[in-house]
Amino acid sequence: MKGLTVIVKTITDFVVAFIVIFGAYIVLYGHLTPGGGFAGGVIVACAFILLMLGHGKEVAFSRLGERMGHVLDSAGALAFLLIGWIGLAGGYFFLNVFGRGDQFRLLSSGMILPANIAIAFKVGTSLFIVFAALAVFRRRSFRSMIEDELS
Amino acid sequence: MNLVPLFVAIPLGAAFLIPMIGFWWKKSGEVLSTLSMVALSVMALASIGAPAVVHHMGGWAAPKGIAIVADGLSVLLLVAVNVIGLLCIIFSLKYMREYTGLPKYYGLFMLMVAGMNGVVLSGDLFNLFVFLEIASVASYALVAFGVEADELEAGFKYLILGSVASVMILFAVGTVYAVTGSLNMADVSRTIAAEWAGTEMNPALLLAAALFLMGFSLKAALVPFHAWLPDAHPSAPAPISAMLSGVVIKSLGVYAICRVFFNVFGFAATSPGSVIIANSMIGFSVLSIVVGGLAAVGQWDLKRLLAYSSIGQIGYVTLGLGVGARVLATGESTTLAALAIFGGLFHLVNHAAFKSLLFLSSGAIQSATGTRDMKLLGGLKERMPITATTTNLAALSIAGVPPFSGFWSKLIIIVAVVRAGHFGIGAVAIAMAFVTLVYYVKVQKSVLFGDVGRSVEQAREVSPAMYVPLVLLAVVCVGFGILAVTQPAIGERMLGPARDVLLNSAEYVKLVLG
Repeated sequence: MKGLTVIVKTITDFVVAFIVIFGAYIVLYGHLTPGGGFAGGVIVACAFILLMLGHGKEVAFSRLGERMGHVLDSAGALAFLLIGWIGLAGGYFFLNVFGRGDQFRLLSSGMILPANIAIAFKVGTSLFIVFAALAVFRRRSFRSMIEDELS
Repeated sequence: MNLVPLFVAIPLGAAFLIPMIGFWWKKSGEVLSTLSMVALSVMALASIGAPAVVHHMGGWAAPKGIAIVADGLSVLLLVAVNVIGLLCIIFSLKYMREYTGLPKYYGLFMLMVAGMNGVVLSGDLFNLFVFLEIASVASYALVAFGVEADELEAGFKYLILGSVASVMILFAVGTVYAVTGSLNMADVSRTIAAEWAGTEMNPALLLAAALFLMGFSLKAALVPFHAWLPDAHPSAPAPISAMLSGVVIKSLGVYAICRVFFNVFGFAATSPGSVIIANSMIGFSVLSIVVGGLAAVGQWDLKRLLAYSSIGQIGYVTLGLGVGARVLATGESTTLAALAIFGGLFHLVNHAAFKSLLFLSSGAIQSATGTRDMKLLGGLKERMPITATTTNLAALSIAGVPPFSGFWSKLIIIVAVVRAGHFGIGAVAIAMAFVTLVYYVKVQKSVLFGDVGRSVEQAREVSPAMYVPLVLLAVVCVGFGILAVTQPAIGERMLGPARDVLLNSAEYVKLVLG
């Protein structure tokens, strides 16, 4: 059996959705409350890392494949850069050209919300890929190396 | 609307786009990086002689907002970084085919270019640190790109020492912020000039200056901070070696030293602590010239010889700048300081041209003969006439043979050193110029001329994609040498604005803060 015990797996399945929703909340309300793209992205990545710890890397990769991770990672960075380019159309790089909206509403403060979402994709997927790389390329134990050598 | 941020935005966009679409389109790296580097080179060349530009990120005025400053010094470095980058990319198109994971290579290459462009454009100490890290992290990965044991070891060594330098620089940035309450370089410069002029240096600022000098000297590989360079530069693929020796150590090390010490701390006669800093710069430079030059003589690995030679030649660049700084700090003639700084900057540009040419040639030689052991080479003149001729021109130029460009820049530096009264240092610089000649004669004898070596018998000239960048760089080496004598106005037009930025930090403050 891959992964940890049934207890861990059940609890993991139960809390993963809540962790993702909490992370998304931190991202989306980053311009209103403490938090933001980086913190929220880390929390979402933690959900996937928990999935990998509980169920093994195959299950985690079936939710978010390695290639998809790389693509989302680059797409997040590109989206952030694109926001800067849009600002350049207004005269300055990263100029906040979007409407500011009403204070303390979700859709306010112009491009800070989309920038937070872009950062969340970048940070979340990067962290997941780093952890996945550690899981895939982990150093083989001395015993398994001896066994490979003998067989 | 000015387009200065595109110097960072274009390579950064390419760096993320290339690996992403590289999953489906294998040629993404070749196509996109060539296009971006062509655009960047055209933009850089078009900014020569243009008036200095300040761009306020997000429309927030300095010192609160982040400023991007393209003045004479930045433009000089931008031209060097992007033109050499373009030639290295053209060379890579053919040379890198024997490697796998090419989209990652081109992505990292563009990330490194974005970092260097960011460093030379940043008007803010913390952003300078961030871009310095971007360029450094990309270069750590590129040094280890071949993933053989010694390449990984060199990459790891470079990573550790580079991180030590980064920590020092970050600590220095934090100290400066704690003392002056600002990160904007012009604002910090104004505060230091207003509060500490003519007094004892604030001990915290002196600590920051020492940490900056150590950190940037480590990035520039000045002796005694050079231990990583002789491993890292030969281990990287040839175009990356050319970038590292040609422009990375200059934009992350020498440029940063110039900007931070000339424009932020200031070398005016009233600036506190400036004589100590200038003396340390001269000391490190002389050590680099001597140690780098003498160590290069004994090398039989072609790329390792070139790497040690880089340490020595960077020493000449910082010697010119350091003597200029000392003359400014002791309040002697500004004309003499201008001459010394002009020599340093001229040697910086020349070294960028001929050292990247030499590293690209070493790559061409390695790909044609399969070795870079100078004992197995020889007689390349017969088998690879174009590569041998360009290598020969670069070797003559770097060794300081008249009328090539390296001769004039070393001559200006040595004349300035002697006129500043440092006869001992001048004698060392002249003696080590002859040592440079000695080890490049060794290269000529054992690689280019002489009997055809064992590995050379089957060698054939490399394809045009590889020798065109070599020829272009050789034209630059010869052209600068001829232009330096016949058309001094062109040299003045290219290097004059950069020199004036370093001579007059009050101008810089006025430019950024208005």
